[in-house]
Amino acid sequence: MSLLKVNNLGVQFTTNDGIVSAVNGVSFDLEKGQTLGIVGESGSGKSQTVLAMMGLLARNGKTSGEAVYNGKNLLTMSPSELNRIRGDRVSMIFQDPMTSLNPYLTVERQMTEVLELHKGMTRREAKKRAIELLEAVRIPEAARRVDMYPHEFSGGMRQRVMIAMALLCEPEVLIADEPTTALDVTVQAQILTLLKDLQRDFGTSIIMITHDLGVVAGLCEKVMVMYGGRVMEYGTADEIFYQPSHPYTIGLLGALPRLDHDGSELVSIPGNPPNMARMPKGCPFSERCAHASDRCVNELPPLAASALNPHILRACHKPAAELVNEAREVAHV
Amino acid sequence: MMQTKQKAMVEAVESGLNEAAIEGRSLWRDARIRFFRNKAAVVSLVVLALITLACIFGPMVLPHSYEDTDWEAMSVAPTLVNTHWFGTDALGRDLLVRCLIGGRISLMVGALATLASVTLGIVWGATAGFLGGRVDAVMMRIVDMMYAVPYLLIAILMVTLLGREFYLVVLTITVFSWMDMARVVRGQTLAIKSKEYVEAAHAIGVSTGAIIFRHIVPNLLGIVVIYTTVTVPGVILTESVLSFLGLGVQEPMTSWGVLIQDGAGVMDATPWILLFPAGMLSITLYCANYIGDGLRDALDPKDR
Amino acid sequence: MWSYTFRRVLATIPTLLAVITVCYLLLHMTPGGPFDSERKVSAAVLANLQAKYHLDMPLWQQYLYYLKGLLQGDLGASFRYADWTVNDLVGKALPVSASIGGGAILISLVIGVVLGVVAALRQNSLIDYFVMLLGNIGGAFPSFVLGPVLVMIFAIGLGWFPAGGWDSFDVRYMVLPMSLLVFINISTIGRVMRGSMIEVLGSNFIRTARAKGLPMRTIVLRHALKPALMPVVSVIGPLAISSITSAVVTETVFGLPGLGKLIVNGAANRDYTLVLGLVVLVTVITVVFNLLVDLAYALLDPKIRY
Repeated sequence: MSLLKVNNLGVQFTTNDGIVSAVNGVSFDLEKGQTLGIVGESGSGKSQTVLAMMGLLARNGKTSGEAVYNGKNLLTMSPSELNRIRGDRVSMIFQDPMTSLNPYLTVERQMTEVLELHKGMTRREAKKRAIELLEAVRIPEAARRVDMYPHEFSGGMRQRVMIAMALLCEPEVLIADEPTTALDVTVQAQILTLLKDLQRDFGTSIIMITHDLGVVAGLCEKVMVMYGGRVMEYGTADEIFYQPSHPYTIGLLGALPRLDHDGSELVSIPGNPPNMARMPKGCPFSERCAHASDRCVNELPPLAASALNPHILRACHKPAAELVNEAREVAHV
Repeated sequence: MMQTKQKAMVEAVESGLNEAAIEGRSLWRDARIRFFRNKAAVVSLVVLALITLACIFGPMVLPHSYEDTDWEAMSVAPTLVNTHWFGTDALGRDLLVRCLIGGRISLMVGALATLASVTLGIVWGATAGFLGGRVDAVMMRIVDMMYAVPYLLIAILMVTLLGREFYLVVLTITVFSWMDMARVVRGQTLAIKSKEYVEAAHAIGVSTGAIIFRHIVPNLLGIVVIYTTVTVPGVILTESVLSFLGLGVQEPMTSWGVLIQDGAGVMDATPWILLFPAGMLSITLYCANYIGDGLRDALDPKDR
Repeated sequence: MWSYTFRRVLATIPTLLAVITVCYLLLHMTPGGPFDSERKVSAAVLANLQAKYHLDMPLWQQYLYYLKGLLQGDLGASFRYADWTVNDLVGKALPVSASIGGGAILISLVIGVVLGVVAALRQNSLIDYFVMLLGNIGGAFPSFVLGPVLVMIFAIGLGWFPAGGWDSFDVRYMVLPMSLLVFINISTIGRVMRGSMIEVLGSNFIRTARAKGLPMRTIVLRHALKPALMPVVSVIGPLAISSITSAVVTETVFGLPGLGKLIVNGAANRDYTLVLGLVVLVTVITVVFNLLVDLAYALLDPKIRY
């Protein structure tokens, strides 16, 4: 049985413009020690998916479906039950390390409170453990810096603190919501290496949310590509990278800058992500898709096994074989 | 293949244009729509307009004068007899007419002092913001000083020394009401000056005048309108406080603050003499606050 | 910290000097004012003025003597009462104002913060509507309207408290004036606290705290309260200034023998030197109070380095 099984998850927000569906029918499994990448542009619903699982949606948000962790549905749990899991068995790293730490509390206070709460440690024991973790994420002079306030750390260091904080209780699942987006490229690489090492040492499962396919390729075993709140393609990272069979994934890969290409211009997918309040009736990507037919505009394609490769789930009306062939032609031009 | 791609691109651009046509309403039209959707603000606007009109035209229509004594009706409660709808005060003067005349003074002081302080505030703030540097530092230091001063006491001192003429009361109030506007206008000027679109306009060679009128003024206008509506109730309030303390306009001239003070002295026997002017002042302030809130919600780009 | 404090103290000096100078010059330039040679005052007062203000000297020397007096805590002589100095009058009035005003600010801080926090946590609940209503009323019903209304209800109508007056710190005389001030202050503090609490609760670091599995109580008390209090601390300064206005009105409404009443009477009697002395005194008090608030702010915010 998988560690975390998400089934038909949906997120709706009640806004002034009516009800907005940010996430629709998302399903995936996470095995122990596995890394799942959720990829998509901003507004694709990838963050809302995990925030919903953690019970962290904004006030006007509602969930449907289920997210079963160790046999229990996270979405219907009472707050106190959820609080026993959050931060202990399932923990989370956020996108913006500059604002995600409390500026009014020392790092020590923010770390020890987790251990006091979930492990019943004394403040002194907890501080010792906090310093160990800070050392594990390679913060120099951890014993001295633990008593500092967040604003005394650089962005990369703060993200390390966030990671150390998330790992304090050795969680089974670590959710990382764009952990490197706000950081410099060199720091990004350091943080990713760090996550990989930590996963090896602690055996943690990771859900990595990113819009950066490079991150996915380096870290993830499975990939879920999202667009407009829906899953477009879902499968192992190797297979999806080798043979993308959804127009959106193909577009994303095409938009990835590559060193081995002499192409002087960056390719991008034309158009903008859809307005969530006015979603198209059919495939959410149909507005921007070069292969879109009338059917795509009017009828929502179901997520189903690909004819080429049954391990890959894809949501597209156009047969996979045609797309793959065209993609190959373009690559050879 | 390339053609389909191009077609998709063109379509994408077109759909983008369509979207722009849908959402590209002007700031002011947008704001007007939002404002009129706000029921409380609209009701307040109507009520305030009615009060203003009543204050202007009421005394002309009603059969009483604000200073004449009705010897047959002294300290009468509100009644339909002889059209003393609000009753009369201890001197037999019609309270309705006195409230309206008082309203004239209060609203006029409010309007004039607002106009003066808004003008001063804009000039001060815009100058500080545009010039920057040391001039800015000194000018804003003066604003900070003005904030730290217990203004009512100095207003009392000024009124004591200078006298209680109408225009002196306006002047005194103005001196202590312009700082908010100055601060906000300066901040906004500084912010707009360094905005990318202003820099872009500079870079493509738009003249300074055009930049000021096309980019800076329209962006200042919203915040000026908002803070003007915030200034109005504050100014009316200050005038009323001064009048209430017996330091505003002099008898037999009157204002809401004077009437409230008169009423407070006799409230155990004839409470209506207090309640009517107090009610009118409160309703006016209440409406002014709601209009200000409505305008802020309509114009503040943060909530968009 | 000490050098920061020192710099802040130095920075208040120009403000104080500016206010004192402007007021002093206003007084001197007023026709018929205290230093006008055409004035008609009693011989005793004239002698007092002569002694206190050195009227036979040039203006700048008179001014320096006045400043010197201020530095020694001497606010000058009364223009109306030969037997009284401004210091004597202040000595009697200050305890009244300080007990009513200071007490009201403390009470309203506690009540306002609690109300604001509860309203923010239970948005759209009864308490939330109550706090918003309070904010509205405070904005629209000025103290000189609310004061008489309180008197009408609780003194004249119900007869619970005296309608006004003062009897050497008898609590019954203090309840209504303090209630009025508390009510007015709560409307501001409650509204500010509610707004900042809602903003803080929506911030990223609170989301982090929730993700750590902390119970709501810990999140509010440990993580949200301090940042949410900062805006409240920064309105205490302006609030103190508007409290002086409210205090003047309150003392007039309830006939309390405090500083406010003294200054209004002084203004009505054209006791120029008394008004000047009071203005200077209250300005010093406000400036010092603002300074304390600033220092408190610096102490609370770990990001401010001195």
